[in-house]
Amino acid sequence: MKKPKLEELKEVILESGIKVKAVYSPEDVKDINFEKEIGQPGDYPFTRGIHPFMYCKRPWTMRQYSGFGTAKETNERFKWLLEQGQTALNVAFDLPTQLGLDSDDPFAEEEVGRVGMAIDTLKDLEEAFTDIPINRISTSLTINPVASVMLAMYLVVAEKQSIPWDQIRGTTQNDILKEYLGRGTWIFPVEPSIRLIGDMVEFCSKNVPKFNPFSVCGYHIRESGATPVQEMAYAFEIAITYIQEVLKRGLNIDDFAGRIAFNFDIHGNLWEQVAKFRAGRRLWAKILKERFGARNPRSMILRMIAGGGGGGLTIQQPENNIVRGAYYALISALSGTQTMALCSYDEAYTIPSKKAALLSLRTMQILADEMGLKDTVDPLGGSYYVEWLTDKIEKKIVKCMKKVEETGGMVKAVESGYIQREVSRQAYIREKKIQSGEITKIGVNKYVMKEEKADIKFHPFNPKVAEEQKKKLKEIKTQRNNSEVKDALGGLKEAAQTSENVMPHILRAVKSYATLGEITKIFKDTFGEFKEPVGL
Amino acid sequence: MSEKKIRVVIAKPGLDGHDTGAKVVVHALKDAGMEVIYTGLHRTIEEIVNTAVEEDADVIGLSIYSGAHLPLSRKLMEQLEETGLTDRLVLVGGNIPQRDIKTLKEFGVCEVFPIGAKLDEIVNFIKKSVKEK
Repeated sequence: MKKPKLEELKEVILESGIKVKAVYSPEDVKDINFEKEIGQPGDYPFTRGIHPFMYCKRPWTMRQYSGFGTAKETNERFKWLLEQGQTALNVAFDLPTQLGLDSDDPFAEEEVGRVGMAIDTLKDLEEAFTDIPINRISTSLTINPVASVMLAMYLVVAEKQSIPWDQIRGTTQNDILKEYLGRGTWIFPVEPSIRLIGDMVEFCSKNVPKFNPFSVCGYHIRESGATPVQEMAYAFEIAITYIQEVLKRGLNIDDFAGRIAFNFDIHGNLWEQVAKFRAGRRLWAKILKERFGARNPRSMILRMIAGGGGGGLTIQQPENNIVRGAYYALISALSGTQTMALCSYDEAYTIPSKKAALLSLRTMQILADEMGLKDTVDPLGGSYYVEWLTDKIEKKIVKCMKKVEETGGMVKAVESGYIQREVSRQAYIREKKIQSGEITKIGVNKYVMKEEKADIKFHPFNPKVAEEQKKKLKEIKTQRNNSEVKDALGGLKEAAQTSENVMPHILRAVKSYATLGEITKIFKDTFGEFKEPVGL
Repeated sequence: MSEKKIRVVIAKPGLDGHDTGAKVVVHALKDAGMEVIYTGLHRTIEEIVNTAVEEDADVIGLSIYSGAHLPLSRKLMEQLEETGLTDRLVLVGGNIPQRDIKTLKEFGVCEVFPIGAKLDEIVNFIKKSVKEK
């Protein structure tokens, strides 16, 4: 039989620009020091996982993103998800809420309750968590520029359920820097936005020790077009910026680094993703230990939610997305994630139906219980190819981080629009490659079929939500003690103007049923608004 | 003499922050030799119309992913009419369900490019339509 020559094979180059050979052997990994660079799961530098026994002891947390319409409707969906065996909640807010606008704000028109639930005052969040014992679940609040207000509301809900704050587990997404790069729910300029994050970290480290005050989202940066290497590099630069802000306040790195969480994206090449996470864990541990002098191993571990993969899903042949979701879940598990969430197959069209959300949950459950992912830790560890690629990607991430630091760091790079330009250029390159067929997408540029109308049920948008919210707002404004509201907002304004921590003042305002919009306005008046660099 | 460059305003109306699609289109139109003005996020319809006037745009492209494309597009068409800019080519892109395309065209939108539309299609449509005007 004639053996094909190596040169005849098609050249493979990963999205991150790494050239892949057809065969790997011990020769390719001979320079990697096993003890130092790979080691054991649960040990520094955590390449193989952050816990010694990973899923053997406990499978990953399953947390689907959900929320829509009113708090009441969302509450019903939450309870249903928990009954189906979901172990944590991931809350979606509508755009006005995410941008600190009340439902009666003219700019909020047409968006109230559309892509998540509407929250105007504490009353709404109380309703969303009615009959949900929040000390027994962990809750992720997907909100950024006004995360401080939502955290305050959540803590008051806990108080009203008589649950001490030290039992509260969860995360506020609260990664403002990535909002400027992708996703786009920013309000205030960069510097004061970072200060708010610092205030929250400081407050939580003293009062809500099991809460993660921010989750750095490589996810949205990747979804906006970044390569896997850029996703990691920019996320790390962002996290470093927040760390430096907190350190300025005199906290010790080990006081808070153990609560830093990350949110990463999965779509594209399986091996590149797995290597990205293994390299990321190793590099993050090194940064924390060597650069920030962390001593507690808990401070050095990269804990993450990984999944989603919205950018990999297609509008064509939408049922194919069910299969993609299952592969993304597999990649996520092989990567050693702590929490997993999957985009549902109808998500390219609409807010996931109950059926699609359940299918995503079952996909993860089948993987955990039927496929052997709980048998042994980091089953790909030691593979010539995976270890070689992990090493290559780590070096590429370091190089990409250096470039950001050379431009003056993440804050400058965002204010000038440098990162936004890099990311949008990548998005354009990728789109052109998909349209030319250089990157294969089944159903898009290969095995294309003339399609019947997709069998997708659209999530109905209920325009009455806005009316209901407006009515509720009006009632609250007449029932609450308005002089207490005024006092609380006045106190908040004073704190915002100085360097005093704003959290106690937000808590007071929230308790008095000041609205999200009223609180946000105090910040807008004090800090101004972000001016987006629009040159591409 | 070289032909006058086609001037395009690509706009993100409302609160939706998904701007990757809009930016990709900006790159593609620039590569095709057009003069492209990108508004950035969170623009009101008034601001978009003002930009179109100031920039003397031949084409206005709205990019919307939040689901609010019908009310936002209707509002744009109404305000263009009030401003007397009825001769401008209006395009809508983003997460637009098939069933809404007809309605958008009834509002006066010239063409709709939902997710999955080819960049070449957009470029060619603009070139052809502007020439015919």
